[in-house]
Amino acid sequence: MSMSQNNSTGAPAMSQGVTNAAVNDAQAAAAAQKAAELARVAQQAHPQQSSGTFGNMAVRSSAVMNPARIAVKDLNFYYGTNKALKGITLDFPDRQVTGMIGPSGCGKSTLLRVLNRMYSLYPGQRAEGQVMLDGQNVVDDSMDLNALRAKVGMVFQKPTPFPMTIHENIAFGIRLHEKLSRAEMEERIEWALTRSALWGEVKDRLHSSAMGLSGGQQQRLCIARTIAVRPDVILFDEPTSALDPISTLKIEELIDELKRDFTIAIVTHNMQQAARCADQVAFFYLGELVEVAPAAELFTAPRQKRTQEYITGRFG
Amino acid sequence: MASERIVKSYEEELKRLRELIARMGGLAERQVADAAYALVRRDSELAGEVVGRDAPIDALEREVDSFCVRLLALRQPMASDLRFIIAALKISQDIERIGDYARNVAKRAIIVSGQPFLGGVNGFQWMAQLVQRNLKDSIDAFVKDDADLAERVWAADAPVDDIYTGIFREMLTHMMEDPRNITACTHLLFIAKNFERIGDHATNIAETVHYAVRGASLPDDRPKADASMEAQTP
Repeated sequence: MSMSQNNSTGAPAMSQGVTNAAVNDAQAAAAAQKAAELARVAQQAHPQQSSGTFGNMAVRSSAVMNPARIAVKDLNFYYGTNKALKGITLDFPDRQVTGMIGPSGCGKSTLLRVLNRMYSLYPGQRAEGQVMLDGQNVVDDSMDLNALRAKVGMVFQKPTPFPMTIHENIAFGIRLHEKLSRAEMEERIEWALTRSALWGEVKDRLHSSAMGLSGGQQQRLCIARTIAVRPDVILFDEPTSALDPISTLKIEELIDELKRDFTIAIVTHNMQQAARCADQVAFFYLGELVEVAPAAELFTAPRQKRTQEYITGRFG
Repeated sequence: MASERIVKSYEEELKRLRELIARMGGLAERQVADAAYALVRRDSELAGEVVGRDAPIDALEREVDSFCVRLLALRQPMASDLRFIIAALKISQDIERIGDYARNVAKRAIIVSGQPFLGGVNGFQWMAQLVQRNLKDSIDAFVKDDADLAERVWAADAPVDDIYTGIFREMLTHMMEDPRNITACTHLLFIAKNFERIGDHATNIAETVHYAVRGASLPDDRPKADASMEAQTP
């Protein structure tokens, strides 16, 4: 670009010099000098446009992560004697989506199950280290699990509606944690169904069985049930692996919408899904956190060789 | 190299893309070399051949284009694969443009060969050799994933600019001496400009290769030495 500029400004300076030379050397030299000066000024005024950014694809350090809502530090996890998580340190930024990817058995689902102490249901499973949420260590024995699970909701791989009406599915969870008046309850149920993009589809049949909903609708109902108790954090464990592509996109759109109010962690086997949904992506392998980075960075220019090999399909 | 890819046909496709770019680069190198030779030897027949040989490069560019779009759509490439495919897309455009410049040199070489002889052609020969080497090295860097070589090419364009500035001054002098030189000199100036642009595209390729291999861009400021805008009649 600057080259053509040089040409157009250089050419008049030259021709002017040539024609004037015969008439008045001194005048010509002065004119040429002035034109060259102008060309130089023009060059300085329009410095070379940035050319090295590869079509603005250089994504390093452009993505900003919020402060941590959950801060995991030096976390180890054991299934009996088997160490499934090894010294994990990872921040879950507030009101952003953290995607967790890795091959089966890499520990990503285990980490998710630590965040709401799901593992406490099973004997022989234990965690050590720090999982800080609102100044409390989630993995401490003193942690109130009911309060924790109201604060950290979870949505599973297969939709798990209760065999009740749509209305009862949502009211059930709310009643466990809060005592609401009838009007408040109705309001909360409508809010939850609206936020989970299901209200329009079910508002005329709130009292029919949830089992009659399609898979995608059932999953959105489970999301409504989760957000109805107004958690801070929502955990998604492969939320779309049992759904068709359109239902999947609806859930992804919903996640995008929900992150305005909730901190979200999502485990997925679908890398494109992590790329579409997540603000930051963590890659796990054999119980270790190999790399965590903003999604655009991890998927275009990962720093670790193992990440590179996994996401380009070279895992042996 | 990294461990083996699970999907073999994908590997084959990326290999084919690499070969397409190598072939394009080879054709363009030859065009640049022959255009320069035709100019220096005042060989209008060879120059005519160069003009006619641009079409295959254009055809290859279209092939690379559609192949890359296909790969993006069907393979959903990630990380180094993604960078490689995008790089191939960009590099094919640079090479196509280099082919256009070489053809333009050849066209003007035909005209210049019918004009009175204007002193030395060493500058042109030198310049053509330099940009040809940079072009070859940048394509080699792409084919071999060699970011260090790409970085060397990227930093090696300043001498080209120096020669261009020298030719610019020389042509001004010839035109001042005798207005009958203006036709030939103007063509020669454009020829010099074309070689200089070829050199710039070679550095573009080098930048692209560097990003594709390392995942990080080179700095915005490349060493430059084109001072022709400051040249004036003596």
